Amino acid sequence: MYSYDKYDQSIVDGRVAEFRDQVKRRLAGEITEDQFKPLRLMNGLYLQLHAYMLRVAIPYGTLDSRQMHKLADIARKYDRGYGHFTTRQNIQYNWIKLEDCPDLLDDLASVEMHAIQTSGNCIRNISSDQYAGAAADEVTDPRPWAELLRQWSSFHPEFSFLPRKFKIAVIASKEDRAAMRLHDIGIELTQKNGEIGARVFVGGGMGRTPMIAPEIGPFVKAEDLLSYIEACMRVYNRFGRRDNMYKARIKILVHEIGADEYRRQVEEEFAHVKKLGIDPPLAELERITEFFAPPEFAADADIKVDRSDPDFALWLDQNVKDHKQPGYAIVNISLKPIGGIPGDASADQMDVMAEIAKQYSFDELRVTHAQNIVLPHVAKKDLHTVWRALREAKLADANLDLISDIISCPGLDYCSLANARSIPVAQKIATRFADMDRQRDLGELKLKISGCINACGHHHAGHIGILGVDRKGVENYQLTFGGSGAEDVAIGKIIGPGFDEDGIVDAVEKATDVYRELREEGERFLDTYRRVGVTPFKEAIYG
Amino acid sequence: MAELRYRDDEPHEQPAVTLDAFLDQSNAAAVRLEPDDDARALIPYLDRISLIEVGFPAFRDGRGYSAARILREAGYTGELRAQGDILVDQIAFMRRCGFDSFAPEGSLDPAAVERALGQFPYAYQTAADDADPIWKLRHE
Repeated sequence: MYSYDKYDQSIVDGRVAEFRDQVKRRLAGEITEDQFKPLRLMNGLYLQLHAYMLRVAIPYGTLDSRQMHKLADIARKYDRGYGHFTTRQNIQYNWIKLEDCPDLLDDLASVEMHAIQTSGNCIRNISSDQYAGAAADEVTDPRPWAELLRQWSSFHPEFSFLPRKFKIAVIASKEDRAAMRLHDIGIELTQKNGEIGARVFVGGGMGRTPMIAPEIGPFVKAEDLLSYIEACMRVYNRFGRRDNMYKARIKILVHEIGADEYRRQVEEEFAHVKKLGIDPPLAELERITEFFAPPEFAADADIKVDRSDPDFALWLDQNVKDHKQPGYAIVNISLKPIGGIPGDASADQMDVMAEIAKQYSFDELRVTHAQNIVLPHVAKKDLHTVWRALREAKLADANLDLISDIISCPGLDYCSLANARSIPVAQKIATRFADMDRQRDLGELKLKISGCINACGHHHAGHIGILGVDRKGVENYQLTFGGSGAEDVAIGKIIGPGFDEDGIVDAVEKATDVYRELREEGERFLDTYRRVGVTPFKEAIYG
Repeated sequence: MAELRYRDDEPHEQPAVTLDAFLDQSNAAAVRLEPDDDARALIPYLDRISLIEVGFPAFRDGRGYSAARILREAGYTGELRAQGDILVDQIAFMRRCGFDSFAPEGSLDPAAVERALGQFPYAYQTAADDADPIWKLRHE
């Protein structure tokens, strides 16, 4: 894991002091809420329906037990004893008092954490593959590159007032576990002639105009990365639309001028920027990479796991994934208990996860964009012990990637932008499919729910997507099929008129019935839908 | 007239002309850029300009930051002024992008500006100021 030096710490400490001053000015009435808004937003503080919401950055979703314990402490001390893990691999607290914020940020800084650039029209937290450093199919660990970008983007003086927010993801595997091409910039690290470089995609995103990012830079060398991304950003900062906030994301610019013209402008700018000496020497990437050296795996850890406990075996099959190191496994902790709030964890659960990580996963945890937690390096011999400890804390739901592993935005229960509630819909669907045999029979089925067109719940990327809209004061839910955030990336299509809250649950159930009837050997819901098209589903749902 | 100025030379007192007027024929030595203007259009004339004023009609409009860096990267050494909706918390970013004078619409508390400029002893990136980026300090 990356560890701060005095420079990194000075940046975070400087921010806390600055925000303490800003809050003081606000509380004293020296600045208005209007003037304060951009300042608090730069610190991840939103004014929501009921209270302030604070979003804490978890860079590329990686954290250690000390940090997870601190997140639990914060949940107890400043919130109501829980936190909400987000699709950006961050955590949000929903009940924060403004006057507590500076102390809260101080607590975060004490464990090398912060809320810098978790909101506002700037470069947000860099996201990555939750299996980084553990996946067998990666060409390298993407996190050093993400950390290099994190540092470069922190308080970037030119790019702190962009037309709109800006999200970057970095992966290093063919299998895309981070919805890379649905980011403003998606980077896939790839190997060419023994050298690792970045394949750069620009202009993806969800929101009201979903787009899949086209490839702009086929192979950017490590020593050119910051210049290249700076060129991408400068073209956007200068020419991205500012007349309409709904058309201000970079995807609109790339779409309007075309990928070829955008690429031409980036290359022209890059030729200029490259001469400015903004790229650190490769020694800096090497310095960062050392922090991510593989842990000291035991050489003789390869054992056969005893599967005689059937519940344990189900969990193994669903939530435990292959590790690149023999004798080790990747454990997924589902934060999607049937009827629960997707992504929520209590302070006590955070403490349990931290303790288990410390004892059994080389002190590492990951947050996934699907709002779950990962223990990346668990020895196979410890799997049963880990499972029992998780079960004790109600963290052993064996539903990873099944229909109840729902991504959901907070919706109208918390969010001031939402048009409809999303959490109750997620709960109803999960409850309808509570029978685990039934879920397993349906197989991988990614269901994602957004409570408004901003698509924070990634509904465009759902095999089944649900979008809550407001229709003449009544909550109405639209259904989309065929989306994917993985390497087979696609935007889902609306299949027909919307439903009320109970109707949408019935419609989802009917869709799964059609799938069961029509599926061929080995097909997921998504595959069957792609093969047979929407008609049989529409007939069953609307017929 | 700039409220805050980080230069020792005599301020340029002539009014700034628009970019269009300047490019038309003018021999003015002071130009004003609006967010829509292309700062690169000034590059051939930088050695005869002593003041470039960059307008910020709304603080959220960050195009002026890129304009400033482009001008400094092209070797412009004259006064570079930010004018308009400028808040104290933006001054540090603007200084790093090469602005060396400020004409805010509202007034700025000099003590608050001083505090804001001293908040961060180090910076991660190379920019238009002379601060060494952190990576350079690490590898010296």
